[in-house]
Amino acid sequence: MSPDLLFQYLVAGITYGTIYAIIAIGFNIIYNTTGIINFAQGEFVMLGGMIGVTLHGFVPVPVAIAGAVIATMLVGALVEMLFIRWLHRPSVLRLIIITIGLSIGIRELALLLWGEGVRALPYFTGTATSSLAIGDVHISFQVLWVLGISALMVAALNFFFSGTLLGRQMRACAHNREAAQLCGINARNMVTFSFVLSAGIGALAGCVISPITYVQYDSGTSLALKGFTVAILGGLGNSMAAIAAGLVLGTLESCSIWVMPAAYKDVIAISILLLILFMRPSGLFGNAEVARLKEF
Amino acid sequence: MVFRKNWPILACALAVIAVHLLSAAVGKPQYLTQLTMAGYYSLVIVGLTLLMGYTGQLSLGHAGFFAIGGYISGLLTTYNLHSRSSGAVVRALRATHLLVAGQDLYGGDLLVVRPWAACVAALLVTVAIAYLVGKPVLKLRGHYLAMATLGFGTIVYKVVLGSSLVGAADGISDIPAFPLFAGLAVTGRSAARVHNYYLAWGLVVGAMALLINLIHSRVGRALRAIHGAEDAANAMGVDTGRLKLQVFVLSAVLAALGGVFLTHYNGGIGPSEASIMKSVRYVAIVAIGGMANLWGALLMGVLLNFLSLRGSFGSFDDAVFGLILVAIMLFAPNGLLSSELVRWIAGLCRRPRQERAP
Repeated sequence: MSPDLLFQYLVAGITYGTIYAIIAIGFNIIYNTTGIINFAQGEFVMLGGMIGVTLHGFVPVPVAIAGAVIATMLVGALVEMLFIRWLHRPSVLRLIIITIGLSIGIRELALLLWGEGVRALPYFTGTATSSLAIGDVHISFQVLWVLGISALMVAALNFFFSGTLLGRQMRACAHNREAAQLCGINARNMVTFSFVLSAGIGALAGCVISPITYVQYDSGTSLALKGFTVAILGGLGNSMAAIAAGLVLGTLESCSIWVMPAAYKDVIAISILLLILFMRPSGLFGNAEVARLKEF
Repeated sequence: MVFRKNWPILACALAVIAVHLLSAAVGKPQYLTQLTMAGYYSLVIVGLTLLMGYTGQLSLGHAGFFAIGGYISGLLTTYNLHSRSSGAVVRALRATHLLVAGQDLYGGDLLVVRPWAACVAALLVTVAIAYLVGKPVLKLRGHYLAMATLGFGTIVYKVVLGSSLVGAADGISDIPAFPLFAGLAVTGRSAARVHNYYLAWGLVVGAMALLINLIHSRVGRALRAIHGAEDAANAMGVDTGRLKLQVFVLSAVLAALGGVFLTHYNGGIGPSEASIMKSVRYVAIVAIGGMANLWGALLMGVLLNFLSLRGSFGSFDDAVFGLILVAIMLFAPNGLLSSELVRWIAGLCRRPRQERAP
């Protein structure tokens, strides 16, 4: 095992880990305002990638990405308004089953629209083979794009939640829905916004990652499972911890190729999920006391 | 009392015979093949109904148990031990009549495990896995339980898809018939269609009799108490952890039994049987049947699986089940046959008359 190869694996792990973290943040945004785990979160990522690729047939990459993000945000708003908003005190089981049904619906619709083909946006700079060489280590430019855009996204989200009125209203709803409503915040709209926001960041992640991982109608499920693993690993609802957890999972996963065939890569991530759920459901960084009071 | 509890089972048995006579009368005996397969899937569904509907524990991994049963039985009855026949283990197995010698298509010597032994092995392994998985998983609730069972299902799927021992993406084929007794065998040959139909449905009726009596017993009341309020049930002295685990194992064994029989009936099994979509489909059927309604789930299971196997949904197979799931959960969370919906429809019919009255 040469140090260069190790470094190469680390870079791959960090790239994937960043994307998992972004998906986990999408889970957290919706969970915080509604207490729902949105099982269709992976489908937002897939939709973003697919719409981006399609739009790229007509317009340049940045415009295509912007279009994809906006379109997916609309889908997110529609999903919430049509299927969640008007339910009266739904049980957790009912919400789980509805979002699972929605994820199947979106996936099958994608299959109908785009077929089974594997698609991707072009590399934002350079080509699939060009890379930045540091010594014997080669880093694709797209990896830098993924890391850069993810960092920007996290910074922007931080600003949104602490600096803007809408973000603060959403946080108020997350902390105490009734109190927020008494202060004049429309809690129902905040739920819709949380779906829109999490669809948007999912779609952006889907666009940025598509040159590396490709996108297919059914690529959402495994991304969602890993995003959820990361969200749990960091402690459900805690977005900053999710980033650390994402990097941990991504690195573990890419290093698992040493000991197991690549076909079992997903098995590693899911086994970690199960272990965490069994041993420390509050997450690596979460507080067990607080977690016990939450309703999952 | 015994009769009041059990008359639906008798009615179900009569319906099975009636369907056979009907299919013969209208000259569509081939329908019995799909009905046989739907029967084996129904074993998964009624087991899941007990777990989900009566005990309130969601499982998104039951296709995993179905596949574990089918794959283990399929692998043992096709894996040729001939080249290892001098080994101590193989010799010991042979001495206890657990192996059967034969010849393959090309006349080569074949030494495989007897189907009944493979079936027993498959069920024992399922019990072990269900116990090991269920023990930690059933401590979780809500979203965590859903994700954990989804994770289990995905692991089974990825393992059978990635292992060349079980044929990876192709699955296992050429699985032999499963001889039972008195010349009866689980096999897909069209000459054996009728007796296989009765075998499958005999098994389903037997499982229903077991489950109906279970839910009307002391245990059944305890299960419903868990569904209503687990902490309260615990406080009343119900050993909730143990009961949940027992129900989980029972439903897993029923799923695996369905898997074993269907695999021998079809003569093959592929990774799609383990896919998450299959698990979601079982959940959808339990939901549409009314969650805590064994007969509703059985009826919907037969109907939807029959239509699906006949290819009525075309390429929209998965979409149909996704749509059903969303629609049922939005508009009739207590199932299609729930009294709420029936009352609503009845109300619709009555309303015009009431408006005319004043």
